[in-house]
Amino acid sequence: MHALPSAAAAPRRQVFIGTALAGAAAAAALGGMLALWWRFRSEALASVGSWVPADVSIPMVPANVMLIACLPICIFAQWAVYAAKRGDKPHAGVALGLVALLGLAFINAQAYIFAVMKLPVGEGAYGAMFYALTGVLMVLAIGGVAFSAIVAFRFLGGRTTDVEVVSAHALYWYVFSAGYSVLWFVVYVTK
Amino acid sequence: MTTIETHAPGAEPIGTGLACITDWVTTTDHKKIGRLYIGTSVLAALATLVVVGLLALERIDISRELLDGGSLTQLFTLQRFGLLYLVLAPAVVGIAVAVVPMQIGARSIAFPRLAAAGYWAWLFGAGLGVYATVMNGGPNGGEGRFYDLFVLSTILALAGLLASMGSVAVSVLTTRAPGMNMRRLPYLAWASLVGGLGMLVALPVLMGVLLYLYVGHHYNPTGTEFGGNQEFATWAGFGFTQPLTLLFLLPVLGAGADIVATATGRRLAPRGGLYLALGLAGLAFVAGATQGTASIADGFSALGWTDKLSQLLPYGIAYGLPALGVFLATALVLQQLRNKPRMLGGVLLAVPALLVGVLGAAASVLGGVGGTKLPGTTFEEGTLFALTAAGLLGGLATLVHWAPKFTGRTVPTKPLLPIALLGLAGGALGALGPMIAGFAEQPSGIFPAVEGGSDSIVNFTAVDGPSELWNSIALAGAAALLLAVLAAVAVLLRACAKGDVAGDDPYGGLTLEWATTSPAPVDNFADVHIVRSAEPLLDLKISNGSDA
Repeated sequence: MHALPSAAAAPRRQVFIGTALAGAAAAAALGGMLALWWRFRSEALASVGSWVPADVSIPMVPANVMLIACLPICIFAQWAVYAAKRGDKPHAGVALGLVALLGLAFINAQAYIFAVMKLPVGEGAYGAMFYALTGVLMVLAIGGVAFSAIVAFRFLGGRTTDVEVVSAHALYWYVFSAGYSVLWFVVYVTK
Repeated sequence: MTTIETHAPGAEPIGTGLACITDWVTTTDHKKIGRLYIGTSVLAALATLVVVGLLALERIDISRELLDGGSLTQLFTLQRFGLLYLVLAPAVVGIAVAVVPMQIGARSIAFPRLAAAGYWAWLFGAGLGVYATVMNGGPNGGEGRFYDLFVLSTILALAGLLASMGSVAVSVLTTRAPGMNMRRLPYLAWASLVGGLGMLVALPVLMGVLLYLYVGHHYNPTGTEFGGNQEFATWAGFGFTQPLTLLFLLPVLGAGADIVATATGRRLAPRGGLYLALGLAGLAFVAGATQGTASIADGFSALGWTDKLSQLLPYGIAYGLPALGVFLATALVLQQLRNKPRMLGGVLLAVPALLVGVLGAAASVLGGVGGTKLPGTTFEEGTLFALTAAGLLGGLATLVHWAPKFTGRTVPTKPLLPIALLGLAGGALGALGPMIAGFAEQPSGIFPAVEGGSDSIVNFTAVDGPSELWNSIALAGAAALLLAVLAAVAVLLRACAKGDVAGDDPYGGLTLEWATTSPAPVDNFADVHIVRSAEPLLDLKISNGSDA
């Protein structure tokens, strides 16, 4: 075996970088889906003059509340990072708990939209694409809540040096919020 | 630094039978996960090449019916899905997973459990995809529920490949040995990083489209919005053809560069040029990100300059630059052969892989030009065959070259020479046959629907020229590649059991993987090494030589 000089283990930010790459992949998926949505919408407007089915009403209040919720989610996620860097377990715990709570509220609001719209999934291209797009965001929200819970348990369980994981958690919610903001504009505002 | 445990140390596996199987199934050792990928892709290659051969045989004499129309459609799907997502993609992901962490001096791949889960997800998804196609599902299939299953299983297979390749990319970005900056990365590590990042952008777009197709068809099977199973290629075809497939060629190029550099025992120059060429090849991701919209339309020559430019620019970025990157990278690697490299087994297999890969890359540029009348013909089939043969030969070259680190034994070079020649002939003939037939407009397309559906008398359209000859060449190519793969597997298995015991650095390697023991332990390195150049072991040898 060759005798190369050795050193301490290389620095690692695997969870943070991994989250960044996963976020990029999710953004690519959402971007591609939104691009196809936009194409179908343009073609429908050009051919039949409307994209949203006539008997479908989109509840804007929960959609807007979900967008507004993204702001405190990001703030609380960053608060958790701030507290974690100082080893402040109580504040980090509260911040992570609030993120998870707002994430649950987000999921609840999305489910409410599904219930109120009463749009059949098979209602043309609009129905299929609406549920596929918002469904992906909902799955990402569920993943985010699970991420928040895991980070909270780890941190409160004593792994107070896990600042990198808390940062990765914040990054996840930033990407999520950016993704929902674009979706909100394309799907709910421009319709 | 995080306290997450990102590798499972574990003990060296001992035992046979069930214990051995359990060890392989539950392994988080990247070397085993990579070999599982390559091994499975080799097995899938045997089956897929039979399918390719059957289709060529059917086309040799179009008046004679060997297969009924219903099964022809499924065979076309199996050929396309098999060549790309059962052979090419897992082979190159396997190359990266098996070798890259060792090359960068890491004790483990990042997220080893995710990488392992990726393999099983791919295997499960790919298996379900084949099952769905056989059950008359898949594009143009007759069973709606199995079409849905095909779409879902493809999403699962893609997710698995992404998980494993993402682990490789994170490893390169975070777990390099101290002193190994980006300019000191081994070529395979750089190519895997570029390819991995490209896949992370391109494949999720395909997955999103597939999700639309699934939801649209599953909840409204009679709906016409997405065209059902007949229009699969219209929406998702970009994920099954060129230039996106060039992205999968990157690890083959990187492995070839490292193998040739080891054989010459010299620093491979110009280093920056090769990095740039590999980066250009990585631009193939653009085809995925834009859902394959770039093309040169028929009647291009009659257009004005502005219209010409609006077609040439996206086409050049999506098709031209990646192919140029592949060509430049191959040229830079092959020009090192004038340094009289030692005839290592890996070199014998890597060089044909590079040559066949260049053939596929060059053909991919022509394939999207409307004026050539090649789109929708077997030319595209030949192009994919060339790229798949490159991936397959590259995977075998990897297993041969790094065998000492995997098994502790070397693979004999002598029997590999005829195998390499057979592989080169198989890859070239199997590609050139359909390519030439494509110029005579022998129809194919990405997922062709055979006219007549499941009627008993259904066959291919007659074309001008000696189509029997071209299709016989294609059949001979598939058969030769099949034989080459079988022979290589036999040589590898024999070497695994009875090969010469390898030293730690049997080839005078340049990069870090040759600094550990043969076979490499589960955790690769006892110590984390400090690196001061791109060829740390060469530095050490020079230093030791001057000391002496």
